[in-house]
Amino acid sequence: MKKELGIFVLLIVLCVIVAIVNPNFLLPINLQNLARQIGAFGIFSIGLGIVIITGGIELSVGSMMALLGVLLSMMLTEWGLGVVPSILLSILIGMLLGLLHGSLITRLNMQPFIVTLCGLLFYRGLARFITKDETKGFGTVAGLDFLRYVANGNLFGIPMPFVMLILISIITWVVLHRSVYGRYLFATGRNAEAARYAGINTKGIVTAAYVISGALTAVSGIIIAFYTNSVSPANHGNAYELYGIAAAVLGGCSLRGGEGSVVGILIGTALLQVLRNLVNLLGIPSSLDFAVMGAVILIGVMADQILTERRNRRQVAMMRESTKRELPATE
Amino acid sequence: MRSRIFGRVSSDIRRLVVMTDKPTPILELLNIGKRFPGVVALDNVSLSVDTGEIVALIGENGAGKSTLMKILGGAINRDSGTVKIEGKEVEIKSPSEASALGIEFIHQELSVLDNLDVAANIFLRREPTIGGPLKLIDRKRLYSEADQLLKKLGLDLSSRTSVSRLSIAQQQLVEIARAISTGARIIIMDEPTSSLTLTETQRLLEIVMDLKAHHVSIIYISHRLHEVEEIADRAVVLRDGRNAGELARNEINRDRMVRMMVGRDLKEMFKHTGNGNHKENYDWFAVEGLRTQRYPNQPISFNVARGEVLGIAGLVGSGRSEMARTLFGVDEAIEAKVKLNGKVLSFTGPRDAISHGVYLVPEDRRNCGLVVDFNVRENISLPNLDSYSTAKIINSARETTAALNAVKSINIKTPSPEMRAANLSGGNQQKVVLARWLTFSPKVIIFDEPTRGIDVGAKAEIYALIRKLASDGVSVIVISSEMEEVLGISDRIAVMHEGRITGILDRPQFSEEAVMHLATGAAG
Repeated sequence: MKKELGIFVLLIVLCVIVAIVNPNFLLPINLQNLARQIGAFGIFSIGLGIVIITGGIELSVGSMMALLGVLLSMMLTEWGLGVVPSILLSILIGMLLGLLHGSLITRLNMQPFIVTLCGLLFYRGLARFITKDETKGFGTVAGLDFLRYVANGNLFGIPMPFVMLILISIITWVVLHRSVYGRYLFATGRNAEAARYAGINTKGIVTAAYVISGALTAVSGIIIAFYTNSVSPANHGNAYELYGIAAAVLGGCSLRGGEGSVVGILIGTALLQVLRNLVNLLGIPSSLDFAVMGAVILIGVMADQILTERRNRRQVAMMRESTKRELPATE
Repeated sequence: MRSRIFGRVSSDIRRLVVMTDKPTPILELLNIGKRFPGVVALDNVSLSVDTGEIVALIGENGAGKSTLMKILGGAINRDSGTVKIEGKEVEIKSPSEASALGIEFIHQELSVLDNLDVAANIFLRREPTIGGPLKLIDRKRLYSEADQLLKKLGLDLSSRTSVSRLSIAQQQLVEIARAISTGARIIIMDEPTSSLTLTETQRLLEIVMDLKAHHVSIIYISHRLHEVEEIADRAVVLRDGRNAGELARNEINRDRMVRMMVGRDLKEMFKHTGNGNHKENYDWFAVEGLRTQRYPNQPISFNVARGEVLGIAGLVGSGRSEMARTLFGVDEAIEAKVKLNGKVLSFTGPRDAISHGVYLVPEDRRNCGLVVDFNVRENISLPNLDSYSTAKIINSARETTAALNAVKSINIKTPSPEMRAANLSGGNQQKVVLARWLTFSPKVIIFDEPTRGIDVGAKAEIYALIRKLASDGVSVIVISSEMEEVLGISDRIAVMHEGRITGILDRPQFSEEAVMHLATGAAG
């Protein structure tokens, strides 16, 4: 919790600054948009965070989203599969790809970076090939109202993607922080060898993390596809994995594994989206968009590190005080 | 007989050195004080070392040996006191400053880089160059000088060999070569023999004596007291961060050292209460032809009775740990037939072993036994989480209760179950590893080097726990390289040599000689 606090303060400070400089920030329409983006990005970021807790990485999120996006469009508009089968099939494909990544990593001992980098290249290429590089939309197919509602609608004024994110967060929070699987996940991420000696099926735990990530990427992918309403295979979801990684790291996940929390990832995602919003609202040239994001992430992680160091020093000082009482003075 | 590193030194010269008036010590640590978070602290500790003297620094873990040496090596700063080199006060603020003063450290954990070759390791940061702006390495000189050093140390290998292909003993010699090559006057050796075999240890001790003959001063830290008896000119004993006393060469003996270290006798540690009940259940746990990946052609067979402690002795590399890991399912067996109470067990992983009631307390506590960043509660419950959860959701109250019970029942010294395992002492960490298996109802427990790196006081508690388990009807297997331990704790001892069991000794046959005989390969 302490770890998330710093980044939460940064988020609040940023919001206050933007709100003061440009009060339009607080307009319901802007806040709604912001929440919608946080929802869409947060869902796959949680998946990525779970993978990062295993000590792994998932680089193929953006490409996977493009592939699933064009497949979804083809399923609905060209192959005439129903809405429900299309959704289920998308999620299933996402999970299968995750299973593939997880199996290659745990059974063949391949490095997650390499496996998912190849995924990043392969799925993007595949998406472009099967569409002949044409942008896919959803046309006028009937029965898509529900999906459009999930992507663009509101529930009591709250954007649906945000509602979905909250639901998924609650579930993953319980799984990560209260369940046996979560405990095993953190143990495996921190020290796979010790976890194995404790009888934990570490390969299964790690593979499951990639499967979960694949599933959440698919859910996110469906929402984002209907939010953009068209999928251009060459650009759709480009670099989204980096948003996810940034959100997870900002939120306290360590790339060494074994550390992180759902709340942290949520705050990290929110911070990133507020930054994108800020670039718009403050009239910063949009070409600077990535530079601003990079700078703020760096400052955020730096501040967190400095605070941690200071806390450690204070703890050492406290221990020193307590030992002083037990030991006679040396001078 | 003894091989000399730097050629023969006449005994006259050595006598001369001894006879001259006591010169200024090369090193003096005076009234060093250090307050340190947690358990370790130094209180007015002094230590002096003469030129060419071997000073053994001994004491229980946490007595302050490492802290004192870290201060000397510039790794940490002292709070008070003075450090003098040849009578001149010095400030050592970093390892490189220590090195410049001629102080070198041979660490307990090897600090060689195994992706480089031997020569590169020896001359790391002091590579000879052929000059020029690029500072190109003078490879010819690098290798020829390194080869010379290796020859002096009696190490028969090329300096172009990759360090990854050396044995631990050879890697240690590479570190010593590095220390010598810097022209060190004081070499600190921290548990240098902890992972060496007997012959390798003997070789190392010879090298230490030769260094001494060349006026290099040695500070020798070791838990192996017979080594101290063998080589030390003086033993300085620390206890609870203070000087507990000093023994001159002719006063050094095991009992005196132990008494100074702990303030009591060692013999009381092994109160052997033989268990009569194990005769009837002789093959309660029977291993029939276990073949490990390390020694696939050496099937191992033995059995352990209920309530029996079977010691497994042998030299490092005799395949004992591999046997333990294979029995627990961490390593895959080439072939295994294991029976518990007549029932054949099959296991493909630790999970199966655990479900059969067969547990391992591994050798490498910090990397295999525990998740050190987890707290005590999480470590204890880790393998048994399912029994503290409902529908896969952990019931934290039940988990905490179980941890509290475990902490209390085997006396784990921790302020609370929420303490990170990394902050506990070795002995208490070991108890945490054991506690997790006690939450089940164990049938067989294998201990691999249960007291390695654990101080004498905690050792006694671990031994008591092992005996307690046996008397509760558990079959206990204790792998140990410490002769005293294996002789003291076991009901029977199986001795291994190069993957084979060369003999099994019953209690009346126990003796160091008998074990060593079998451990070096003589048939039983």
